[in-house]
Amino acid sequence: MLAEKYSIVSVVAQALRGQRGWKPVWREPEPRAEYDVVIVGGGGHGLATAWYLASQHGITSVAVLEKGYLGSGNVGRNTTIVRSNYLLPGNIPFYEHSLKLWEGLERDINYNAMVSQRGVLNLFHSDAQRDAYARRGNAMRLHGVDAELLDRDAVRRLYPFFDYDNARFPIQGGLLQPRGGTVRHDAVAWGYARAADRRGVDLIQNCEVTGIRVEGGRAVGVETGRGVIRARKIGLACAGNSSRVAAMAGLRLPIESHVLQAFVSEGIKPLVDGVVTFGAGHFYMSQSDKGGLVFGGDIDGYNSYAQRGNLPVVEDVCEGGMALMPGIGRLRLLRQWGGLMDMSMDGSPIIDRTPVEGLYLNAGWCYGGFKATPASGWCFAHLIARDAPHPVATAFRLDRFATGHLIDEKGAGAQPNLH
Amino acid sequence: MSAPAMILPRQAVATSAAGPAPAQPFRLAAGGLVDRTATLDFTFDGRRYTGHPGDTLASALLANGVRLVGRSFKYHRPRGILSSGPEEPNALVELRSGARREPNTRATMAELFAGLEARSQNRWPSLRFDLMGVNQLVAPILAAGFYYKTFMWPAAFWETVYEPLIRRAAGLGRAAGEPDPDHYEKATLHCDVLVTGAGPAGLMAALAAARAGARVVLCEEDVRLGGRLLAERRTLDGLPAPDWLRGVEAELRAMPDCRILTRTTVFGAFDGACGAVERVSDHLATPPEFQPRQRLWRIVAGRQVLAAGSIERPLVFGGNDRPGIMLAGAVRSYLNRFGVAAGRRAVVFTNNDDAACTVADLAAAGVAVAALVDMRREVSPEIRRIAEAAGASLLTDAAVTRVRGRTALRGVEVTDGAGRRHALDCDLLAMSGGWSPSLHLASHHGGKAAWNEARATFLPPEQLPPGMAVAGAANGDLLLAECLAAGARAGAAAAQATGFRPAPPATPSVDGESTASAPFWWVRGGRGKAFVDFQNDVGVEDVALANREGFRSVEHLKRYTTLGMATDQGKTSNANGVALLAELSGRTIAGTGTTTFRPPYTPVAIGALAGHHRGKAFRPVRRTPTHDWAAEQGAVFVEAGPWLRAQYFPRPGESDWLETVTREARTVREAVGLCDVTTLGKIDIQGPDAATFLERVYINTWKALPVGRARYGVMLREDGMVMDDGTTARLAEDRFVMTTTTVNAVRVSQHLEFCHQWLWPELDVQMISVTEQWAQIAVAGPRSRAVLERVVDAPFDIGNDAFPHMACAALTVCGGIKARLFRLSFSGEMAYEIAVPARFGDALARRLMEAGAPFGITPYGTEALGVLRIEKGHVAGNELTGQTTAADLGLGRMMSRKKDFIGRAMAQRPGLTDPARPVLVGLRPVDRAARLRGGAHLLPRGAESTAAHDQGYLTSVAFSPALGHWIGLGLLVRGRERMGEIVRAHDPVRGGDLEVEVVPPVFVDPEGARLHV
Amino acid sequence: MRIACPFCGPRGSEEYTYLGDATVRRPEGDAPSEAWFAYVYLRDNPAGRHRELWYHGAGCRSWLVVERDMRSHDILSVAPARDMALARGRAA
Repeated sequence: MLAEKYSIVSVVAQALRGQRGWKPVWREPEPRAEYDVVIVGGGGHGLATAWYLASQHGITSVAVLEKGYLGSGNVGRNTTIVRSNYLLPGNIPFYEHSLKLWEGLERDINYNAMVSQRGVLNLFHSDAQRDAYARRGNAMRLHGVDAELLDRDAVRRLYPFFDYDNARFPIQGGLLQPRGGTVRHDAVAWGYARAADRRGVDLIQNCEVTGIRVEGGRAVGVETGRGVIRARKIGLACAGNSSRVAAMAGLRLPIESHVLQAFVSEGIKPLVDGVVTFGAGHFYMSQSDKGGLVFGGDIDGYNSYAQRGNLPVVEDVCEGGMALMPGIGRLRLLRQWGGLMDMSMDGSPIIDRTPVEGLYLNAGWCYGGFKATPASGWCFAHLIARDAPHPVATAFRLDRFATGHLIDEKGAGAQPNLH
Repeated sequence: MSAPAMILPRQAVATSAAGPAPAQPFRLAAGGLVDRTATLDFTFDGRRYTGHPGDTLASALLANGVRLVGRSFKYHRPRGILSSGPEEPNALVELRSGARREPNTRATMAELFAGLEARSQNRWPSLRFDLMGVNQLVAPILAAGFYYKTFMWPAAFWETVYEPLIRRAAGLGRAAGEPDPDHYEKATLHCDVLVTGAGPAGLMAALAAARAGARVVLCEEDVRLGGRLLAERRTLDGLPAPDWLRGVEAELRAMPDCRILTRTTVFGAFDGACGAVERVSDHLATPPEFQPRQRLWRIVAGRQVLAAGSIERPLVFGGNDRPGIMLAGAVRSYLNRFGVAAGRRAVVFTNNDDAACTVADLAAAGVAVAALVDMRREVSPEIRRIAEAAGASLLTDAAVTRVRGRTALRGVEVTDGAGRRHALDCDLLAMSGGWSPSLHLASHHGGKAAWNEARATFLPPEQLPPGMAVAGAANGDLLLAECLAAGARAGAAAAQATGFRPAPPATPSVDGESTASAPFWWVRGGRGKAFVDFQNDVGVEDVALANREGFRSVEHLKRYTTLGMATDQGKTSNANGVALLAELSGRTIAGTGTTTFRPPYTPVAIGALAGHHRGKAFRPVRRTPTHDWAAEQGAVFVEAGPWLRAQYFPRPGESDWLETVTREARTVREAVGLCDVTTLGKIDIQGPDAATFLERVYINTWKALPVGRARYGVMLREDGMVMDDGTTARLAEDRFVMTTTTVNAVRVSQHLEFCHQWLWPELDVQMISVTEQWAQIAVAGPRSRAVLERVVDAPFDIGNDAFPHMACAALTVCGGIKARLFRLSFSGEMAYEIAVPARFGDALARRLMEAGAPFGITPYGTEALGVLRIEKGHVAGNELTGQTTAADLGLGRMMSRKKDFIGRAMAQRPGLTDPARPVLVGLRPVDRAARLRGGAHLLPRGAESTAAHDQGYLTSVAFSPALGHWIGLGLLVRGRERMGEIVRAHDPVRGGDLEVEVVPPVFVDPEGARLHV
Repeated sequence: MRIACPFCGPRGSEEYTYLGDATVRRPEGDAPSEAWFAYVYLRDNPAGRHRELWYHGAGCRSWLVVERDMRSHDILSVAPARDMALARGRAA
């Protein structure tokens, strides 16, 4: 065991030694020739899967293969929001399970990922939107999830600096999930990585998978830049690139890769306490502990593997921001970036076996993958370990597109860029 | 943590006095590009100072001897001005006050204006005595990433105690908190050649391209053209730099196709366009009337030349953040451009030959130079000569190992190669670690900057954004002669590539110079914290810790330590950080790599990116042709997507909206009402194959529809879900006019074009949206015919036999106005929709009101429209959710089995044909006095309130005037089999839970008799 | 991104609406359900050249087939969808 337990005691003790006693948080092992399980993708979902395989199922002969550095995908490129305010029965229990795992995360992995339940507020601007949010809030409550419908005055008490009196689409109220909030995104990857490493999972960076070996209809290993690695089971957790990797096993997926941009402003003293979603445009926002407003909007809307977006969406997002909060005009946008989204055909994810035996798929997270990280790992580990879907993820089947049992939260149909 | 006892500082109480402004003790007697004939008053932290036009806030503060200007992010260490440009990490202030307060404004970029107000930030109670400075005492604990390792116990304390403390301590300046009173604009520029940066390379590029005849846009972040030439004492073609610049600028300005944008930062290279922001009025106290504060430019260029110059690197040594320690180039800039000595007695600390200029310039300005400290073992005779001439002792193979002074530098200790220590008094340390190209825009398309060992710097990537070339210092050329020549070449090449024939301009002759340097990155063994990223307080030991803990990817380093994530985005720290990590981890710098540069190059005001799109102008408003008339009638309007529609028409004495809406709906049922339905999408479809086309896009059949008749149609998406509904009328054998729902008008139009152009190009059919061209008004109610008879021109017969339900015709109204009449009903009453060219819509509404007056006509709005349709069980947007099938909505029998149509195949999937799907039903409260609420869920009576019993929800509700109680439509599992059953409408978010009876969805006139009278 | 509309000239992508993959073909009405499933849901989603449909809604209302590189966003060709569809029909 390389890393010591983290606590105020260890931090102070290390401070007295000039921080010189810390050991690497993860090993840098050479890949072995064979593992019980190989997870392709060292992002949040892959690392969480490895941790839960080890901690929940006792499977420690696990390698996580990452083509770049650990956490180099969307786990480090999102707007850090966690919530379970979904509408459909296929989704709510899963995301609620995830939120519960967030709530216990730092104790589980001995890492402070700064889970901060600041409340997620979805604003509505019309009677129809109010009823739609009431429907959603009621669905949440029926699933035992917290939800409150706020009127305009209640929203105003929480956020007095929104535009209430001069708005093109006046705020009428909002649906609040008090337990929603934010989590320090990179720390999630590092925390899971460290925890999994301590259980003996091999985290192998700079190891791109270039092929999947299928023998007699069964996946038996992967080809990588660092040689062939055989495995009894292979789990794909490489959202953004799921189509590319699945194609190595001859699979076509109901997924397109799209770019979603995210934004952060210069740091300012506390202004925005919780997470807010503007209902009359594409804009959502929170303020990080460091002080930057972290915000985002819609995907750019075209297939892309470029990890960068374009100016029209930058403008659209800032327009939404100014429409909601006309006081942020003089704050400056510090940085914008793009992440690759696995946009699925109904806007919901896939955690399922594939037609290739021994090959498991975790994909299609659209732009909701970060909040799902713990439950995604939990359920994917369960699926891989037991060859049966976890009860909260039974709807995330790969064959639902063929059978028509879709999970289409927005009712947008088979067009990924509308979800 | 508790604050140690501190003595209340004198300054904390003394600084607010508004006495006479002092003189500018550090202003040189002569020289520089400031206008000494005019004096500008300004305040910093409430204290009055003066400066001159041409000053920045930073140069004016230095002229006044103000060294301490800010506090760092984490340790709240005292900080001064480091640079003279956009890379400034330390000198951030709150500029202006009230609603115009701008936090985190770089003093080095803020032009001085009369009355400027600035305040230091991130300190309490005052800049000089900041209690948060105690963080320095516990700095050993606050190492990189310490927060990930602690604050976990007790669990509840993170959000209640620790995090609130961290949030309050973090952040920098304060947001205004009031709506921004200024305006912003957006505009697009097209040109052949965009040149970014008007330094020597950029100017030559612009000259070369413009002389060739290309349309040139030259963007310069600064207020003046010239770049580094403004900061150096150089001669070009025998002219002092300012004179040479005047000539070039005059020539460029005289060329009609060359546009010069100063105060304009190109902040991002996107696909097909660059983004730039012009600070139109930031140099003024408030924008002039009709002028924006800033303007966002989208610049579309055939080719572009990036000539953004370079940024000097600090040296990393213990105490390198003390106020008074500055970049050497900035020291020269303050001397030569602003006529300000940044100190009285200087030490120059360097690893390169550029320092010779600094020594010479300081000496020329009369500033004592105590020593030139060079990290290199050998320096050139020229440098020796300059040091000697300046009276500076030359210390080679030497480094600054200790710094004295807390809020201002008082001296340094230098250790030379032999281990000898030299104590030097000084109030200014000019440091130079070499220069890093400003290649940010070059890598905005994902190309990675490449390490060049020979030049010891990162250079632009091979894979540049399409059409971009990089020239001058941005490309690693540091010699002026190289920059001028490279700029001219790049400009000529860009002009050539866009179709012009350039003759590259002659490169001006310049005096010789040397830029030799040695790659020294940090000083080992010095005293005190050695900072790499000043603003975020990332020091050598933080980089070392990251390396020790395995955060060895350069991205991990950034994310773990926050190196390069401050408002300066690592402009002064990235190269040093990478070099340090490479050294600590035993790798090469090339092998370590660099992080990705992301837009914007420098931070951009969110207001500028939003432009005019805020408040009421957030999105355009679509008004119906009868909008003004409706407003005269006292209508309350409601947003319906982009449209504003009349929601209801209150009359005096009515107590609330419900009373008004009830009256309107009742009047339609009993007499007659009119409602503007222009917002419904109208698509004119023509051609011999028009009917065939409709057969394929609608689920029902169309070929047999007679001319002069309309039919209700439903269309699916290809996935089998309902997309839209509406009536389509056959005006001629080969001509139909389709109506869509308001919300789907654009989408359906696009869908039809797709079907025609891509799926069935062989069909001879054309279509176009005519939503804007026709005003359409519904006239509904038992007296509607009587009203219309007074409007429709004779001899057209609108009697029931001649013009029955679902009839349509082209005719004239009001004495010859072209019109279309449709006998359609959304309300379930005898009703018509009458369409006239949009310009007559207002007049038609007025004429109908006149004609209807004897029959008690009332205008009705979208609310009454909704009430009437719910009473009839007609589906609308609340039911057409994109999650419902035709069968769900009771429309399954419309699906023809005899033809292919969009969505037919996928609608057969088990998930869409499952008999257990929720289907449309009517619902009425058992307690007739109870009010229904949309969004309430439907549960069996007596069942537990859990998801397992969730069987549907209320989609639409209304108070039915016809029935005298609330009614609703809903989607309920197996609803059609459950007529008469009592279920619960469960609405926990609004505290409601009541019993409702399942009934057929048509509440009024289920036989439809009223339609046919 | 700027797309050169064959009818209107080069215009910013904000004038267009994106639909998706232009290589999938709508099956005949009586095709097996697998064919329909593949048409509506399955995509190659290549990390490279992609033929895709864009609609010039703020211009001439033409549907266009654009060939674009997913990694760089470089646009390689643009053609009217109807012309391509007709050519496809003739080829079939």
